[in-house]
This record gives sequence, structure tokens and C-alpha cells, in this order.
Amino acid sequence: MNNNNETKGIWKVIGASSLGTLIEWYDFYIFGSLAVVIANQFFPKTNPTAALLSTLATFAAGFIVRPFGALVFGRLGDLVGRKYTFLLTLVLMGGSTFAIGCIPNYDSIGFLAPILVLVLRLIQGLALGGEYGGAATYVAEHSPAHRRGFFTSWIQTTATIGLFISLGVILLTRHLLDADATKSIEKFNDWGWRIPFLISIVLVIVSIYIRWRMKESPLYEKLKTEGKTSVNPLKESFGHKANLKMVLLALFGATMGQGVVWYTGQFYAQSFIENVCKVDFDQSRTILIWGILFATPFFVVFASLSDKIGRKWIMMMGMLLAVLSYQFLFTYLYHTVDEKTKIELVERKEIKTTVAPIANTKDAIRKVMTKTYYADGMTMVQTKIDTAYAGSGKITQKPLMSTAKTISSSDYWKMVGVVFILILYVTMVYGPIAAFLVELFPTKIRYTSMSLPYHIGNGVFGGLTPFIATLLTTIYTNDKTVGLLYPIVIATLSMIIGAIYISNRIDPEVNA
Amino acid sequence: MNAIKKYAGIVWIILGPLAIHYLLQTASSEIAKKPGIDTKIQWAVFITVFYPIAIGFILFGLYALEGNYDHLPESSDEINDYEAKPL
Repeated sequence: MNNNNETKGIWKVIGASSLGTLIEWYDFYIFGSLAVVIANQFFPKTNPTAALLSTLATFAAGFIVRPFGALVFGRLGDLVGRKYTFLLTLVLMGGSTFAIGCIPNYDSIGFLAPILVLVLRLIQGLALGGEYGGAATYVAEHSPAHRRGFFTSWIQTTATIGLFISLGVILLTRHLLDADATKSIEKFNDWGWRIPFLISIVLVIVSIYIRWRMKESPLYEKLKTEGKTSVNPLKESFGHKANLKMVLLALFGATMGQGVVWYTGQFYAQSFIENVCKVDFDQSRTILIWGILFATPFFVVFASLSDKIGRKWIMMMGMLLAVLSYQFLFTYLYHTVDEKTKIELVERKEIKTTVAPIANTKDAIRKVMTKTYYADGMTMVQTKIDTAYAGSGKITQKPLMSTAKTISSSDYWKMVGVVFILILYVTMVYGPIAAFLVELFPTKIRYTSMSLPYHIGNGVFGGLTPFIATLLTTIYTNDKTVGLLYPIVIATLSMIIGAIYISNRIDPEVNA
Repeated sequence: MNAIKKYAGIVWIILGPLAIHYLLQTASSEIAKKPGIDTKIQWAVFITVFYPIAIGFILFGLYALEGNYDHLPESSDEINDYEAKPL
């Protein structure tokens, strides 16, 4: 009976922690997923300062500020307790997300709009920086020692499921605003994008209610009763060699590699499929959704396995497999949908030109859409938009060009298969890591100590993966997969350090 | 194994400044190619963020060379014993 009560109790703890963490990930990801739409609404290209703020908000704010959130809220969590701290992070995240959905656009309130968006994005990043360490610590401190990996793995699923839900909500909203698909997308880009932000408040209120009713971590309560809580968790975490050396090891030997594998397997994969392979918006996202759906159970599988055989070698194996196979897998993705390898149905080619006069001039906007059909069922739409000048001899220097492929069912499922493998690596490196980090540090400075390496590894190394990878493709323009150099180098380094320095021993007690 | 841990520390100590050098070199060549404000901000953020991380990496190498990773703590009591060994 006692075991049943304990098990029931831990599932309530997991449910309460995971729901809030999942919502926070969802809130964080919808901003990233809608970055282009948000940029058009709040950061018009015609205003250079607004465009600058756009660069800051979408590029740096959300990811870079996470380690600061880890320090601020980690410290708070070790001083006043886990429960109230990650209640605060949930309120901040939910409030800032809802507020983003409410801000009038640049056309309405001018320069205040991008400033508000930037500030709110910073708050999102800070809140997320405080959330994960608290949730993982809270669950781990309730878990029996021999199943700590299994129980904390449910927290580990929340980031991927949050991404899954954000993609699903965006796709559904984009297509349900009007019976006509084109009009629905227009409405979405105009005002419908606010809906995913606004609906999160309902989820946040439910989660706050559930978390409010939770009890504090028993280990933390014990520490508090005995008067052994830390008076200066930042100094104890980072000012003393015995703990600082473990923080550095956790970062360079684990979370750094785990972060790049996480973001390469999910965000960069989706970006690569859409922007390099040129697969259309909807298909690129549903490919990721299917991959996530099939791979998510393996977070629990590998974390449970780590309870039996140790955390280290599962994480290192995930990094090794990623390093060895990324080049092949991403090249395979590219070649699967490369139109140069396909048979064109020349007789079916369609070219449609539309001309829209520009008011008060004799010039016009000219849009040429070329739709090409291929034998395997793929279609490719290439759009060129330029200005047709009334005067002779003048041409648009840089016409707008875009390409979107709607791929065949066979190619679609091949891509889902590759994404599934990429996310499988994610489950290997990420599944055991919550238990691993918790076991490295003593209770009284655990929230502070584990949060910082986690958010540097994931927020900085991992979060910057799509940006750095894309940047590499602009420097070395002839190689479509040169962006993989960054995650491969970082994961290799982390794997070597982890293999040499990390112990595979599982700490049976985290009570101290 | 402890010998590998120590001598690998030399590699980490060297890699830290190499990484900073590569970052600064790439930043200056990219800014020279495209001197817009967006490029300058991007590289300023990269340098600001990765510079302290590289310092941390050098510190990690130093700790390794000193033999601090020869034995990892097997309980929190070992880490709690910090009064005797401040940074």
C-alpha cells in the first residue's frame, strides 16, 4: 500500500511539473516558429532601427538570456524553495506570451511595438532559464533512486512535445481561419498569428492552479527544517573549486554536446528541409511532427535504460552516432528531393504571369509563377517577383525569388524516417541528462548548479545552432551541408571530454 | 586514465585561445565583407557570449592538468567540504 501511495504521489508530481514545463516550451517555441510573421508585423524592413531590434529579438534575446534566468531563478530556488520559484517562472512566461499576442503592430503604435516585443522575448528567455532546473530538480527529489532516470524522463519529453504542439497549433490555426486556403493564410499572417499566443493563457492558468496545490520538495523541506539551506548559492556553486569543477564538467562533457544534438535533430532539420531542400511550409513542419511523434517514447526508454546501466555511455553513444551519421543523413535528405535527379514532365509545365500596376506610376509589380511537374509526383513552384518598369532599359537588380516543392508521398515518408533517426539521437543524449545533472550536485545548491550548464549548453550552444549553421552556408556557399560542421565539431569535443572525465556511477542518494 | 585526463588538460588550455582567435578572425573578415549593422550585432553577440565560455574552457583544462578530475565526488559531502578549498 505504501508503494502504491508513493507511486501515485510521484505521478502527481510529474504531472504538475511536466504540464507547466511543457507549456513554457510551447510559449517559447511559438515565437521562434512565427518569427517571420512577427518580424513583418513589428519590425518593418523600411525602418533600419526596427530591423535592428528584430535581429536582437529573434536572434539573441530568447536564447542568450536563458543562462541569466538560470542564475537568477536558480538562486531563488535554492534560497526560498523549488515550488514558489517555478510558479513564478510559469507566471512570467505565461504573462509575457499572452502580452505578445496583445501588442498592437508597428503600424498602430509605431516604435513602441518592437521595443515591447523585445522586452517580452527577454522575459520569456529569463523565465525558461528558471523553469527547467526547478522542474527537473523537483521531480528528481521525489523519485526513488533506482528509477530517477525513468521519472525525470517525463520532464525530458516536454521540450519536444512543446515543439510538437506549437507546430500543430500554428498549422491548424493557419488553415482554419477561412474555407479558402489562400485567404486563411492571409488572415493568419494579418491577425490569426495572435491566436497561438493568446490560447496559452488558458493552459498557463490551469498549470498555475495545479502547481499552487503542490507541496515543496521533501528534500528541500528537510534542509530548511535543519537550517542547512544555502545563504549564498551563487558563491557556493561557482566560487568554490569542488563544485565549480563539476559545473564545468557538466557543461563541456555533457550539455554542450547534448544541446547541439538536440537543436540539430529538430530545429536545424526542419530549417534544412524548408530552406535548403525547399520543401513547402506545411510539409516541412508535418515531417517534423511525425518524426517527433514516433521518437518521443524513446526519451523514457533510454532514460529507463540509464537507471540500469548508467547515464554516461548512453549520452556518449547518442553523440557518437550523431557525429558519424549527420553528413550522410542530411545529404540523403537533400538528394531525396533534388529536382536535378528527377524526371521532369515538360509537357505539363505551367507558367503564370500576373501584373499589378503600382499606384501613381506607370510601373507594375510583375509576378511569374512557374510550376514544374515530375514523374514521381513532386511539384515545384518557382516564383519571381520584380518591377516591370515603363521606361525602357531599366530592370530590377535583385528580384524576389522563392521555391517551394510539394514532395511525393514516398519521399515524404523517407524524410520522416530520417528525422525519426535524428530525434532518436536526441532521446539518447537528452533522456538521461536530467537525472545525470541532479546527481552531480548537492541539494542546497542543486537548482543553481545544474541550471547554468544546462542553459549554456542548450540555450547558447544549442540555440545558436540554426544561426551558426546558416551563417556557415553564407560563408562557404558551395556546400549545402557545411552548416553541420558546427554541431559535429562541438558534439565530438563534448563526447571526448565526457568519455574521459565523466563517471558512469549513479549516485544512489541525492539527499545531501 | 588519470594521466590521460591530466595531459588532455593541456589540449583544452590550448584550444580555448585558439577558439577565440578563430572567432575574432572570422568576425573581422565577415564584417569587412558585409559592414551592415546586422552583421556587426550578430558577431558582437557571438564574441560576447563565447568569450567567457572559452575562458571557462581554459579553466577546465587547468583543473584537469592539476589533477582535480582524477577523483570525482561520490557523495555530496565531498562537494560540501568547500570551506577548506575555496576557488
